[in-house]
Amino acid sequence: MRNHTSAKAPFLLAVTVIVSLFMIAPMLLSVMAGLVNNYSTGLKSGLTLRWLGEVWENYGGTVGWSLALAVACVIGTVLLGVPCAYALARSRSRGARIFEELLTLPVAVPGLATALALILAYGQLTAFRQSFAFILVGHIVFTLPFMVRTVSSAFERDDLLALEEAARSLGANFRQRFMGILVPAVFPAIVAGSLMVFTLSVGEFNLTWMLHTPLTRTLPVGLADSYASMRIEIGSAYTLVFFAVILPVLWGLQYLATLIQKRHGT
Amino acid sequence: MELERVPIDIANCAKTYADGTRGLQPTDLHVQAGEVLALLGPSGCGKTTLLRLIAGLESPDAGSRIVFGGQDVTQRPVEHRGVGMVFQSYALFPQMTVAANIGYGLRIRGVAAAEEQRAVGELVDLVRLNGLENRRPAELSGGQRQRVALARAVAVRPRVLLLDEPLAALDAKLKESLRDELADLLRRLHITAIHVTHDQQEALAIADRLAVMRAGRIVQVGRGEDLYRAPAHPFVAEFLGRVNRLEREPGAIAQGVVRLGGAEMPCPAAWQSHANLLVRPEDIEVNTPQPGWGAATVERRTFLGDRVQLHLRVAGQPLLVADVGRDTPFAPGDSVGLRIHPDRLMTSQEANA
Repeated sequence: MRNHTSAKAPFLLAVTVIVSLFMIAPMLLSVMAGLVNNYSTGLKSGLTLRWLGEVWENYGGTVGWSLALAVACVIGTVLLGVPCAYALARSRSRGARIFEELLTLPVAVPGLATALALILAYGQLTAFRQSFAFILVGHIVFTLPFMVRTVSSAFERDDLLALEEAARSLGANFRQRFMGILVPAVFPAIVAGSLMVFTLSVGEFNLTWMLHTPLTRTLPVGLADSYASMRIEIGSAYTLVFFAVILPVLWGLQYLATLIQKRHGT
Repeated sequence: MELERVPIDIANCAKTYADGTRGLQPTDLHVQAGEVLALLGPSGCGKTTLLRLIAGLESPDAGSRIVFGGQDVTQRPVEHRGVGMVFQSYALFPQMTVAANIGYGLRIRGVAAAEEQRAVGELVDLVRLNGLENRRPAELSGGQRQRVALARAVAVRPRVLLLDEPLAALDAKLKESLRDELADLLRRLHITAIHVTHDQQEALAIADRLAVMRAGRIVQVGRGEDLYRAPAHPFVAEFLGRVNRLEREPGAIAQGVVRLGGAEMPCPAAWQSHANLLVRPEDIEVNTPQPGWGAATVERRTFLGDRVQLHLRVAGQPLLVADVGRDTPFAPGDSVGLRIHPDRLMTSQEANA
C-alpha cells in the first residue's frame, strides 16, 4: 500500500513529514532540555539525570496523587454517570433534554469560572477545601458529560430496548436487568468513557490550578509551578517524568479497553 | 416438557398513544387453551400493539380487560404476567452463552444451579441445539438464534407464548424450512401462543386460527382455510391471496346472475345486490372455447415454474388473471373459454361490520 501512495503523492508525503517534524521537534527539545546539564549550552554541556532526581524529590508526590485522582474520578463518573445516562436515554421529557444540555456546560465554560464557583460555594468548608476531594469534585464536574454522553448513546440503541424488554418478560426486576443485562451490554461504552475521563483528569489544569492548595497538587499543577519557579531544565525534566509515567499507563489502559471491546464485540 | 395451558380473553382492549393516535381500536378476542393464533395484517395495522398489550409491555386504555385463564392480568406488568416472548430481533443477551441465555429466567428466579442445568439440557434437546451450549449468540446462524430465543422464552414455563414476527429476520429460503419447524415445535409444546406476522403464508403454516387486522381493528377471525375460501370481508380475501374483481351491470343484478364473456352463472343468494364479486386466480377454469363457457382472449402468458399465469381479456370485465397448470398450451392471442364455479365467488363487501 505504501508503494502505491508514496509514488503518486509526493506532495502529501512532504506535507505529512513537515507537519510531523514541526510537532515532534518541541517534544524532542523538551526531553533533551531535561537531560542536559545546561540548556543554553545544549548537548555540549553533557547529559545528566540530576534534574530528574530533583523533580522526583520535589514533585514526586504529585505523580501518585494525579493517578489516584484520575482513578477516583473514573469511579465517581461511572457511579454517577451510568445511572444518569440510563435515565436520560429512557426519558422523553423536555426536562431531560434541557438537563442534557446543561450537563455539557462545564465543558464549554472556562475551568477557571467553574472552579471559582466551587470555591464561592464550598470554600468555607475548610476540611473539604483543603483536601484532594475538592479537586476530585471539580474533575468530576468537568468529566461527567463525557461519560454520560458516551454511555447514554449506547443505552439509546434499539437492540438495548429489546434486550431490556426480553429480560422483563423473563421476570427480571429493575436491579437484575440493569446490572445483569444493560450494564454488561454497554460495557464497551463505559470502558471508552472511562478511558476518556482518565485522560482528561490526568491532564486537567485550569480547574485544578484554581482549586489546589500547596498541599494538594496534581502533576500538571506541579508542572506549572516548576516552570514558574525553577530552572528550565527542571521543568523539562518534569515533562519527561510526565511522559514516562502517563504514557505507559494510557497505553496499558488503551490495550485493556481494546481487549474488552473485542471480547464484548457484537 | 409439559406446560400449563390457559385460554386468553381480551375484552374491549384499546390503546391510545400519548400523542393521541389510536394504536388499537376497542378489540375483543378469545384464544383457546393450547391454541396457536396468528395476528395477521400489514404494517401499522395494530397487530404488534395488541401483542405488546397482551405481553404487558404497553398499558391499555381504561376499561380494557385481559384475562389469562380466569385471572385478570390487565394491571400486571410483564414481569409478573407469566408470558414468554420471542422478539423479532430475538434480543439474545450478547455477552451470555446459549446455555446462559436459556437459563436466564430460571437463574433470576433463584432456581438451584443443578435444576437450571437439567432444564436447560432438556430445552437444548427440544430445540436441537446440542453441542452449541457454550457458543455466544454472535456465533450462531439466524435459525439457531431463533431457537435459542424460543427455548429461553419457554424455559420459565410461561402460561402464554408470544411471538413477534419470529421469522422476519431470516432470508426467504431459510424462512420456509424454519416455518414448518416452528409450527412443529409449537405443537409439541402445546402451549397457548399468539404469533404476529405480516406474512400470510407464515400465518397459514403455523397458526390454528388467524385474526386478520387492518387499521387498528380485527377484521375477521377464523381457521386459515375458512378465511381463504370464504372471507367475510374483501380485505381478508385480498390479504390472504390474490383476487380478481368481477363486475355486474344493472341488468345482471336484476336477473340475479353474473355475466362472464357471454355466459351466465347464478349469483349466490347472499350477494344478489352486489355490483362486484371477487374470485381467486386459481378458481378460474380455462379451456378451449366451448358452449356454455365464457369467451376470452389471452393477452399475456407468464410461466412461473409450478404454474402458468394468464391475463385474460373478457368483454364487460376488467382484465382477469387466471392461474392454470404449467402444461397449458394457450398463448397470447388465443381465444379460450373460461368458467367459474359459483361456489368459488367471494363477497366484495363488508358483512354488516
